[in-house]
Amino acid sequence: MPVLQARKLTRTLPGPVPVTLVREIDLVVEPGEFVAVTGPSGSGKSSLLYLLGLLDSPSSGEVLVDGAATAGLSDDQLADLRLARFGFVFQFHFLLPEFSARANVEIPMRRLGTLDGRAIRAHADWLLDTLGLAEHAGKLPEQMSGGQRQRVAIARALANDPAVILADEPTGNLDTKSAELVFALFRQLAQTQQRAVVVVTHDNDLAATADRRLHLVDGRISP
Amino acid sequence: MALPLGLAIATRHLLHRRRQTVTSLLGVALGVAFFIAIAAMMQGFQRDFVSRIIDVAPHITIKDEFRAPPRQPVETAYPAAVIGLRGIKPKDEVRGLRGARSIIASLEEMPGLKVAPTLSGNILLRFGAKDISANITGIVPDKERLVTKLEKDLISGSLDSLYTAANGIIIGEGIAQKAGIGMDDMVSVVSPEGVVMRMKVVGIFVSGITLMDNFETYALMKKAQVLQNRPNIINRIRIRLDDVEQAADLAKTIEARFGYRSESWQEQSSNVLGIFVIQNAIMYSTVGAILIVACFGIFNVISTVVFEKTKDIGILKSIGFRDADIRRIFVYEGLMLGVIGVILGWALGYGLVEFMGTLDFKMEGFVRAQGFVLYRTPKHYAISGAMALTASTFAAWLPARRASRLQPVDIVRGGA
Ligand SMILES: Nc1ncnc2c1ncn2[C@@H]1O[C@H](COP(=O)(O)OP(=O)(O)OP(=O)(O)O)[C@@H](O)[C@H]1O
Ligand SMILES: [Mg+2]
Repeated sequence: MPVLQARKLTRTLPGPVPVTLVREIDLVVEPGEFVAVTGPSGSGKSSLLYLLGLLDSPSSGEVLVDGAATAGLSDDQLADLRLARFGFVFQFHFLLPEFSARANVEIPMRRLGTLDGRAIRAHADWLLDTLGLAEHAGKLPEQMSGGQRQRVAIARALANDPAVILADEPTGNLDTKSAELVFALFRQLAQTQQRAVVVVTHDNDLAATADRRLHLVDGRISP
Repeated sequence: MALPLGLAIATRHLLHRRRQTVTSLLGVALGVAFFIAIAAMMQGFQRDFVSRIIDVAPHITIKDEFRAPPRQPVETAYPAAVIGLRGIKPKDEVRGLRGARSIIASLEEMPGLKVAPTLSGNILLRFGAKDISANITGIVPDKERLVTKLEKDLISGSLDSLYTAANGIIIGEGIAQKAGIGMDDMVSVVSPEGVVMRMKVVGIFVSGITLMDNFETYALMKKAQVLQNRPNIINRIRIRLDDVEQAADLAKTIEARFGYRSESWQEQSSNVLGIFVIQNAIMYSTVGAILIVACFGIFNVISTVVFEKTKDIGILKSIGFRDADIRRIFVYEGLMLGVIGVILGWALGYGLVEFMGTLDFKMEGFVRAQGFVLYRTPKHYAISGAMALTASTFAAWLPARRASRLQPVDIVRGGA
């Protein structure tokens, strides 16, 4: 069963001049699949990701998670679904500035509350270590470089072992080598842990390493 | 990391805005401290006054007056008719309580009270070149000592010397000082009836109630009756109760039974007690105003935090925080400011009260006092704490609700 599915997904911002961000997108993502989304700036890549991640609701069409419709869900139910099933990495790394790297990574786990404090800390440290940030765990975001922050954001997205990872240009701030490492990590998460990964990127070489490539132009999938 | 997540986030928010946090904490603390200090002072004064009144004054006074004007015969004859009477002249009757002897006898049969008859009237006290208008109360010392504290209030002389001296008078210290009268001095007492009597000061009292110390004098009942030219007449019956709380009810019962106006101590001091009500209203509104200002402070900090933390709210929501989780974070912030402010305020208020307790000065208003009379009670702490917490929670609630309603997509779409 596909873990994530979009049917005729359309999002139009209302207003005197309505703007359509995303038009009639059909998409099926199976567990273990690694999908790259490419397209020119302003083509609607971020908007698509927000819809797939249940942060935004479509004007028409629908998103299915684990085969179930999400249209009728309450805000609280959507929040719970995001917490347990999704991991987000935003285009502009968004960390809580008052919390250390480790504390940022711990937040989703603490909210979920299935692990105890020790296990949460151990898991956070393991994630940071995996992303090569072991010695930065105690630092505040302002004490880290852009690339390091981006990697902390990735670690946080992985905290609750999400079934779906949605990343919006996660490698935008990284050098080629780090970017390749992050992509390798995503690929590995998909292959060995059967997670679905949808990554927006401008980098064609990286996109080429994905299982599938989705090219957006003007909010539509172009072949 | 033992803190619950919401509290941890709230704490960080506040710690990162130290100056604003401290300002609003001080606001709450000052409101609470002032309340405690002012309440201790005002209630201390009020309770002191009441206890002095209860101590000094009779609990019920039966007067030779009627609350309603007497019914005219024509009204009694035609109870259903509409009657307008004009220019009714009061009869020039001898005033006084009629049947006082039997009233006193039946009162004395009631349990839990003591009764003393008196005759009170105005006089002019003449000493040297000084004329002082005063009130003279004719008493029966053996009964009076059961009903008022007069005997204990004497700073010199004794109640019994009224019996032994030829024409003894006991005066308040206020009068004594005003006219420079001392013990054993002879004064001339002039009554409105034109009777003049040479009297010897056999006692001086201080009740602490300014009005009494400046106007009251006491003599034997017989002398007062001679002065007022009202032989065998009494116009007041004073009653002291074992249980002061019964005064108002009992006064009504007595009035209903004997017809004469019977005033409880509350009614007799109603002007002062009324001032107390106004005082309390002023106190509550002043402190209320301080707390409202403090709440604006809290509202301000939390609104600012919500505004500055819009991005964080977006992240938390996209991670999977519910609206209620977000709301809780900011309500926690208000509560933390409230709780810490209240604790600071309690400490400050306690300090203020203790400081006021050390002040030493003489004051003469309704009562004579040495320093502040302070009333310390946990109730003041509870009331001020509850008011401040309610107010700060409410002040936090509004921005918290706004924060919880933010749509994450609107925030993340905005970008950096
Ligand atoms: N709030 C808004 N009001 C009006 N138009 C908007 C709004 N947000 C986005 N858009 C428009 O919607 C389109 C899609 O935006 P989106 O951010 O999804 O593009 P993108 O593919 O992620 O671009 P980039 O590669 O630059 O991140 C753009 O043309 C953008 O100008
Ligand atoms: Mg984008």
